[in-house]
Amino acid sequence: MTGSGPRQPLRVSGGDRPGGHLEELRTDPMALLERVRAECGDIGLFELADREVVLLSGASPNEFFFRAPEELLDQAEAYPFMKPIFGEGVVFDASPERRREMLHNQALRDKFMRGHAATIAAEVDTMVAEWGDEGEIDLLDWFAELTIYTSSSCLIGKRFRDQLDRRFADLYHDLEQGTDALAFVDPYAPIESFAKRDASRIKLVGLVQGIMDDRVASGPPADEDRDLLDVLMSITHEDGALRFSADEVTGVFISMMFAGHHTTSTTASWMVIELLKSPEHLRHVVDELDELYATGSEVSYQALREMPWVEASLKETLRMHPPLILLLRMAMEDFEVDGVAVSAGQMVGASPWVSNRIAEDFPEPNLFDPARYIDPRGEDSLNPWTWIPFGAGRHRCVGAAFAMMQLKAIFSVLLRDFELELAQPEDTYRADMSKMVIQLEQPVRVGYRRRLKASS
Amino acid sequence: MRIVVDRDLCQGHGVCESEASSIFEVPKRATTVTLLNERPSDEQRAEVLAAVKFCPTHALRMIEEE
Repeated sequence: MTGSGPRQPLRVSGGDRPGGHLEELRTDPMALLERVRAECGDIGLFELADREVVLLSGASPNEFFFRAPEELLDQAEAYPFMKPIFGEGVVFDASPERRREMLHNQALRDKFMRGHAATIAAEVDTMVAEWGDEGEIDLLDWFAELTIYTSSSCLIGKRFRDQLDRRFADLYHDLEQGTDALAFVDPYAPIESFAKRDASRIKLVGLVQGIMDDRVASGPPADEDRDLLDVLMSITHEDGALRFSADEVTGVFISMMFAGHHTTSTTASWMVIELLKSPEHLRHVVDELDELYATGSEVSYQALREMPWVEASLKETLRMHPPLILLLRMAMEDFEVDGVAVSAGQMVGASPWVSNRIAEDFPEPNLFDPARYIDPRGEDSLNPWTWIPFGAGRHRCVGAAFAMMQLKAIFSVLLRDFELELAQPEDTYRADMSKMVIQLEQPVRVGYRRRLKASS
Repeated sequence: MRIVVDRDLCQGHGVCESEASSIFEVPKRATTVTLLNERPSDEQRAEVLAAVKFCPTHALRMIEEE
């Protein structure tokens, strides 16, 4: 070895109290993550209780992060706040090979998408059927309930979805609120959000137990009606007892639905807010949808096609409001990235929040500008390692295509039938940063009014 | 032209197969794409370009050759 080895990462300012930067991560994580890049550059360090986190940003370190094999950067241990939510025995993240297999099990493959689009459109239709001609909703509540129905129907099956109601959505929301960063120190610390998390999980198991009891009593369904719960319940021990308890089944379902739930409902909410704040972009989107659906074609078909302005607006919403702001791994051995030393035992992070706002890659980064994705700009494909709302590489969100299709189907129905308007001052629509799962501060009210049917 | 697959990135979504089934295949239970034809003809250019463009993980590249 020569004398000029890798340098140590710079430590960001602040975090002088016990726990290091933990309190700041719990209260204003965006400011912390932004300051790391501002003060330390592409690679910097902050402290999370007794752990050091090496935060990477920018194309070159991000590419390293997203290409790193599991043996070097392990994801399984990096999210301690998920274990109490999923329960014992359900791993937060499977190996890349297992993830790829899940594409088949979870029906996320391209060939199933048209059926899912029809399912989603029907769920939106059902929910807006209760709306009447005008009124007001809380966006986050509404989309959170809708995406419980869509994700359960598409991933588990129609039979299970039909046995769910608002109660399941409310309990699920309490689970998501149990992702305080304090879990990095103690996932069972005596705080209110953790107590609510555990209580709501027990109630969810109770709901699932009730559904399972009903199914045992009523006997097996027709083959074509079987859903994933029927499949899990068909697996028994030699003595005939069910192999999977209600607790385990609930854990599996929670984990299947988790990645696609708060992310999609938050993105849909921000999409509405951003479009209502910039009428010219809303015009592009509504005109594009009106033209696509002018021929009376099905949402299930159109939602899979190109919708440049809808897609661009969704991408821009995701860039500015990535639902996950910090992706984490555990360093399994010592290594070097771009001349900086990382040690085994340190955590390594990449931040969609920070990388998505790098001005060199995304000019005027704080401006909502869907045109940045329209040819020839294509700022997402030009910057595959910094446009990272879905992550990148081997751990890239396997549900990204499903999510985009789902959002397109939702807005196809919503904007076809209704005009929306902000019902609060613009600056009251804010991110709720108090949890690792970033949602919105409630209330998030908007008004709606049924559109007059245009004559054809 | 020649098609290159970045195996770090491909997750086997099968969008390429939907766009160009004579060139790409993601077999049942497989976790990554199989190239049926690494060097497609000029007539297949449009569908290959669509597959490259719509690949959800940007795992495909097309390289022009002499």
